[in-house]
Amino acid sequence: MAAPRIAIVGGGLAGLMAAIKVAEAGVAVDLFSIVPVKRSHSVCAQGGINGAVNVKGENDSPEIHFVDTCKGGDFLANQPPVKGMCYAAPGIIYLFDRMGVTFNRTAEGLLDFRRFGGTLHHRTAFAGATTGQQLLYALDEQVRRHEAAGLVTKYEGWEFVGTVKDDAGRCVGLTAIDLRTMKTKAFPADAVMLGTGGPGLLFGKSTNSLINSGSAAAAAYMDGADYANGEFIQIHPTAIPGADKLRLMSESARGEGGRVWVPRKKGDARPPRQIPEAEREYFLEEKYPKYRNLVPRDVASREIHNVCVNRGLGIGADGMGVYLDLTHIPRETLKRKLEGILEIYEKFTGEDPCDEPMRIFPAVHYSMGGLWVDYEPTKDGFIDLGSPKNHMTNIPGLYAIGECEYQYHGANRLGANSLLSCVYAGQVAGPAAVVHALGQAKTGAGTPASVFEAAEKRWTGRFAELAKRNGPENPYKIHEELGIAMLSNVTIVRENGKLQETDAKILELMERWKNATVLDDGQWANAPLSFMNQLENMLHLSRVVTLGALARNESRGAHFKPDFPDRDDANWQKTTVASFTPNGPSFRYDPVDVSLCTPVARKYD
Amino acid sequence: MPRQKIELRIRRQDSPTGSSRWEEFSIPWQPSMNVISCLMEIRKNPVTKQGQKTTPVHWESSCLEEVCGACTMLVNGKPRQSCTALVDNMPDGPITLEPLTKFPVVRDLQVDRKPMFEALKIVKAWVPIDGTYDLGPGPKMSAADAELNYAFSRCMTCGCCMEVCPQYNSHSDFIGPAPLAQVRLFNAHPTGRMNAHERLDAIMGRGGIVDCGNAQNCVEACPKEIPLTEAFGDLGRQTTVHWLQSLFGK
Ligand SMILES: Cc1cc2nc3c(=O)[nH]c(=O)nc-3n(C[C@H](O)[C@H](O)[C@H](O)COP(=O)(O)OP(=O)(O)OC[C@H]3O[C@@H](n4cnc5c(N)ncnc54)[C@H](O)[C@@H]3O)c2cc1C
Ligand code: SF4
Ligand code: SF4
Ligand code: FES
Repeated sequence: MAAPRIAIVGGGLAGLMAAIKVAEAGVAVDLFSIVPVKRSHSVCAQGGINGAVNVKGENDSPEIHFVDTCKGGDFLANQPPVKGMCYAAPGIIYLFDRMGVTFNRTAEGLLDFRRFGGTLHHRTAFAGATTGQQLLYALDEQVRRHEAAGLVTKYEGWEFVGTVKDDAGRCVGLTAIDLRTMKTKAFPADAVMLGTGGPGLLFGKSTNSLINSGSAAAAAYMDGADYANGEFIQIHPTAIPGADKLRLMSESARGEGGRVWVPRKKGDARPPRQIPEAEREYFLEEKYPKYRNLVPRDVASREIHNVCVNRGLGIGADGMGVYLDLTHIPRETLKRKLEGILEIYEKFTGEDPCDEPMRIFPAVHYSMGGLWVDYEPTKDGFIDLGSPKNHMTNIPGLYAIGECEYQYHGANRLGANSLLSCVYAGQVAGPAAVVHALGQAKTGAGTPASVFEAAEKRWTGRFAELAKRNGPENPYKIHEELGIAMLSNVTIVRENGKLQETDAKILELMERWKNATVLDDGQWANAPLSFMNQLENMLHLSRVVTLGALARNESRGAHFKPDFPDRDDANWQKTTVASFTPNGPSFRYDPVDVSLCTPVARKYD
Repeated sequence: MPRQKIELRIRRQDSPTGSSRWEEFSIPWQPSMNVISCLMEIRKNPVTKQGQKTTPVHWESSCLEEVCGACTMLVNGKPRQSCTALVDNMPDGPITLEPLTKFPVVRDLQVDRKPMFEALKIVKAWVPIDGTYDLGPGPKMSAADAELNYAFSRCMTCGCCMEVCPQYNSHSDFIGPAPLAQVRLFNAHPTGRMNAHERLDAIMGRGGIVDCGNAQNCVEACPKEIPLTEAFGDLGRQTTVHWLQSLFGK
């Protein structure tokens, strides 16, 4: 049997962690990424990574972390994987510490922790306000070490476009396009793993990087992989509005004491610092005296929306904004703990947040939903780490990890739990894929060459056909319209009529996509050509999100319908699972394993 | 006074071997625009200022908040991240965009910075841990040391420092400021220090630290204000000590 190879698509935290685990097992890795992996979206993560290391004398524990996460997710996540993750978290933070991550330290030289939303404990390790960048660099360095030793081969500047399956329906490789030569090539693999990140681009502007189109996950879905809980999209309460992107102002700003407020008087045009305390409404603190400014994100976003849209108290010319105030905290403390994000605010607005309260508004941030993946529980409620099932999609041999899968966050993700879930997924899925690869009678490379030739031919033909498109529509304009529709109707407040309208709009855009031109007839580094392909995938995935939201007549976590304001466990404590059909998604609803942490009403006051 | 229209002059090149040409664009002003949102506007209607149909401009970007390093280019002649290049902060007149000159052009404004990533292999820019299994906490470190190391670990391989360094060019072997600074970072880590000699060996010969002419351009160009020249002073001392030690057989 030829030596096994595992293909990993994506070099964010999840993909790199998996690559290291596979390489450590002595198995070769082919690592694909659109951008050099060091530039992956994970660098944007600011605030930190959770783990109940309990260094502040608060009696924190992995069990409390687990309960906070289940409750934060409004009891929609299967609980064994969540439990596995929370118990592994302290070890994960220590691992990064050993890799040299420059975490902030206490006076004694120990790791420092801060508070984040949805918990009462200091549980978030951080490196200034660029934690994601620092964690990603640590993994990037370790992967480079394995690359130098010959176990990892990088394909940077390559875009995954589809899976390759054998006659039995097993995933035996992938097809990718070289974004310079624009040539497609099929790669055999004994397991394929997607760590391709979130789909922020479906909403046009979001806090995500520009490469987060969700198109890779959508391609897998269109190849037959199920997509779960797509309707659960997290709206972050605090972002800086911008022309190209809505830049995040991390929850760590509130974790370090930042306060959210609006003037009590409608249309009060005084500069914020001239408004006396008594004339300010600290609306989160007033309504949630226990968690105050650190309620979970869905709660805070709805409150900001309510204050601006329903009560008309928002600030700025359009009334779409609230103050996030750090000015009561000493400049020196702010610099030490939040420098990275304060720099971003100052660079983009020209105002110094140490002197002036920031003006912020909610923005699309994260997808709790993603490719459906499996797990193998043990009797005591953990995960059987020897099983090849962990993180496998319903396509044998195809795995998904990181933000592109659905497993850990239920209906709403707690801050600083995503970096954790990415790394944990990589740690679990790497070995699972190795077990799968070694257990196959016939390897990827042993599959008849005709299977790969056919895949290559299909995709070469597809791009040749797209390149010839010469209609009147501009794909970037179609994308802009998609973003506007999704942003207006499928975010904080969802109404069935509007959701139906949105689906009709997506169908219209799908028709117009057929009449779009590729804008560029070049054979070299033709970005619009690859975008045309991505756009079709994005339109299909947008339907999954929209129709999933339409069907779910309840309110849970990030999904809020004024017409159905309560959580409805009897009918909807279920995982939404979408399967692709040529006529659109078909939905089924799976039970959720809530055997380890009994659902309770989700209250933060 | 915000401008009504934004004029751009962009140096374009279809392929690595092609010749370059200038194209001009004029697009309507909108609030809070940066260079990237201008390029996005152009691709929604790729027509030059003269009314000629053209192809969308090709560029590289990802994070749009100056942490990934991807979007570095020459903006009005200076290397910087184009995502933080705000239109309202620019002087009147057209905005000029060109690719970095020290790296091969891929297309238009995208260059290939592979040599920078390869250099990180040469200097072994990593902490050689035993494995990723759970082995307990890492070494203790003072808050002050962690803070200094943090400054170096923010390097996003953007290439601004390489662009302005007079010693880094196609006819020299000099490895350049960014990878050198990473030697400083890893040699300061309690575990990384155990392999300090390997990194010093890598930067002692030709193309190493002695090739730095101490022109200080790099430190001024670094968007993350990484104390590059301080690091080079420190590395100069480290290499001297290492050289003496090897001379006397340790
Ligand atoms: C501004 C911001 C701040 C955040 N802060 C925090 C925080 O403080 N704490 C926290 O826990 N979480 C945070 N998050 C969330 C977290 O950053 C992400 O969920 C996480 O980084 C996702 O990592 P990933 O490995 O799944 O994918 P990414 O880091 O998104 O990487 C995706 C990879 O896939 C590749 N890729 C994608 N498509 C293809 C394709 N078709 N072919 C080839 N390669 C492809 C990309 O090149 C990239 O390498 C934040 C998110 C944002 C937007
Ligand atoms: S100090 Fe000067 S010569 Fe040395 S690396 Fe910096 S720019 Fe180059
Ligand atoms: S040292 Fe500074 S200028 Fe040089 S690559 Fe790193 S971040 Fe860019
Ligand atoms: S796009 Fe990442 S630095 Fe500009």
